Amino acid sequence: MSVVAAPVPSSGVAVARTLRGWLLPLGIFVGFLVVWDILVRFLGLPQFILPAPSRIAEAWVVYLPELWASTTYTLVEIVAGLIIGSSAGILMGALTARWVGLRESLLPFAVAVNSIPIIAFAPLLNNWFGLDSQLSKAMVAAVLCFFPVMINTARGLLHVDPAALELLRSGAASEAQVFRMVRVPSALPFVFTALKVATTLATIGAIIGEYFGAPSLSIGQYIVRYAAFLNLERSWAAIVFACSIGIGLYMLVVAVERLVMPWHSSFRAGEA
Amino acid sequence: MTDSQTDTVVQLSGVSKVFEGRGQKAARVEALSGIDLSVRRGEFISLIGPSGCGKSTLLRIVGDLIGVSDGTVMVNGKLAREARLAREYGMVFQAPVLFDWRTVQRNVELPLEIIGRPKQEREARAREMLALVELGDFAGHHPWQLSGGMQQRAAIARALALDPAILLMDEPFGALDEMTRERMNLELLRIWERTATTVIFVTHSIPEAVFLSTRVVVMSARPGRITKIVPIDLPRHRDVETREMEHYFELITEVRESLRGSEGEAVDPRRVAAEGLSA
Repeated sequence: MSVVAAPVPSSGVAVARTLRGWLLPLGIFVGFLVVWDILVRFLGLPQFILPAPSRIAEAWVVYLPELWASTTYTLVEIVAGLIIGSSAGILMGALTARWVGLRESLLPFAVAVNSIPIIAFAPLLNNWFGLDSQLSKAMVAAVLCFFPVMINTARGLLHVDPAALELLRSGAASEAQVFRMVRVPSALPFVFTALKVATTLATIGAIIGEYFGAPSLSIGQYIVRYAAFLNLERSWAAIVFACSIGIGLYMLVVAVERLVMPWHSSFRAGEA
Repeated sequence: MTDSQTDTVVQLSGVSKVFEGRGQKAARVEALSGIDLSVRRGEFISLIGPSGCGKSTLLRIVGDLIGVSDGTVMVNGKLAREARLAREYGMVFQAPVLFDWRTVQRNVELPLEIIGRPKQEREARAREMLALVELGDFAGHHPWQLSGGMQQRAAIARALALDPAILLMDEPFGALDEMTRERMNLELLRIWERTATTVIFVTHSIPEAVFLSTRVVVMSARPGRITKIVPIDLPRHRDVETREMEHYFELITEVRESLRGSEGEAVDPRRVAAEGLSA
């Protein structure tokens, strides 16, 4: 009897594969920077239109302490917003998945909230939660995160193999057991997909909130201020930091996902 | 308790099932009509018939996964619903329905977990069941690491975990290749002999039905009815050689002919009626 055993790659092979996985994107990125630098110099673009990457890197090194302080300040808002928005989204998703009546009455409301342009909403939230507070920015981030997390959680909880439900029914499992043993594990891939989207949305949300008023320490204000002074390489350096936050949070979610559902088909060797 | 109650595990009387169409255009489908069947303890019953004859529906009615429109279903002297709540059923579907997030061992433990058995007892029982289906070495594997036949054996182990009064199997080997299927048939017979459980088995393979069963229930479509019950008087212990016996082929022919007859019966009255109208 043959076993279709999952191949367990030896550590050497695994390391080589990981390296290959990292080298290609890294190479493309470096190539992109080089082409950018050459183009800027060759075309003689003024730095307020597009600074060369080398100038941005220079600003990055020179202003590292203040950029770092701004990044950590904004990071708190992003993470808080991510937690608030995702928790609310998971909770509402679970409630609407459980009760059809709730789904029908709440979904239009959620769609409406999601349709409000965040640009219009951010000043309002600044009004409500304080112009200088980190909470108001966290709330902008939370509003952006909420909808995709809610929709995907509900979808995942409802997207269950009918045969699995029959199996649990024939074993006379309780509603709570069906939820815990089948619905939650089936929903996890959906929830994590939503959380990955939410990390970037939270980053965008917090920075947009800061545009409409925040202490000068924040990344949003940092970008605006130096753009106004035509000190674009400092703005760009801050943008690079903001991107790093987004990427870092995304990778964190991926890491947690692997930890929570190592069984998922996307993590099996040779299939990913 | 009378003899008939102790001997009879399943008693279907006048069972019919109508699926009411939802919406205006959806048709009302008479899936089953006037089904009477009694299954004795330790029997192996196969339900066979053309697609749409309601054999899977009948199986689900016995297992109380769907309700009847009319008639009664008694299992072990109880209503089907009470029997389900008393965990008298083990179910095996065409797909193994194993959960990827559980190891094979923990998949088999699932029914025991539902009734809240302590961990040690669960583990011991699951190991016992995995040994029965010869998957003892794969307890720690995940379902996707097993072949299709092995997955289906794990599903059988899970269905037997609570020592159910009746095992309901809905085309369990339908998705397997012919060779694996024949081997699984032998495996199933071996398990059946050892556990002495009662089996109701849905299939659309005539040789499979004849090889496995003590009786083959032949059904016709629209509405689903039992047209014939063919007793399989092959020796109770069956093995590879059974498949070469002359009587085995005679029985296959008998089932095939009753199937052909059943199709005729199902179609003819309507055709006659239609022709009568157009004439």
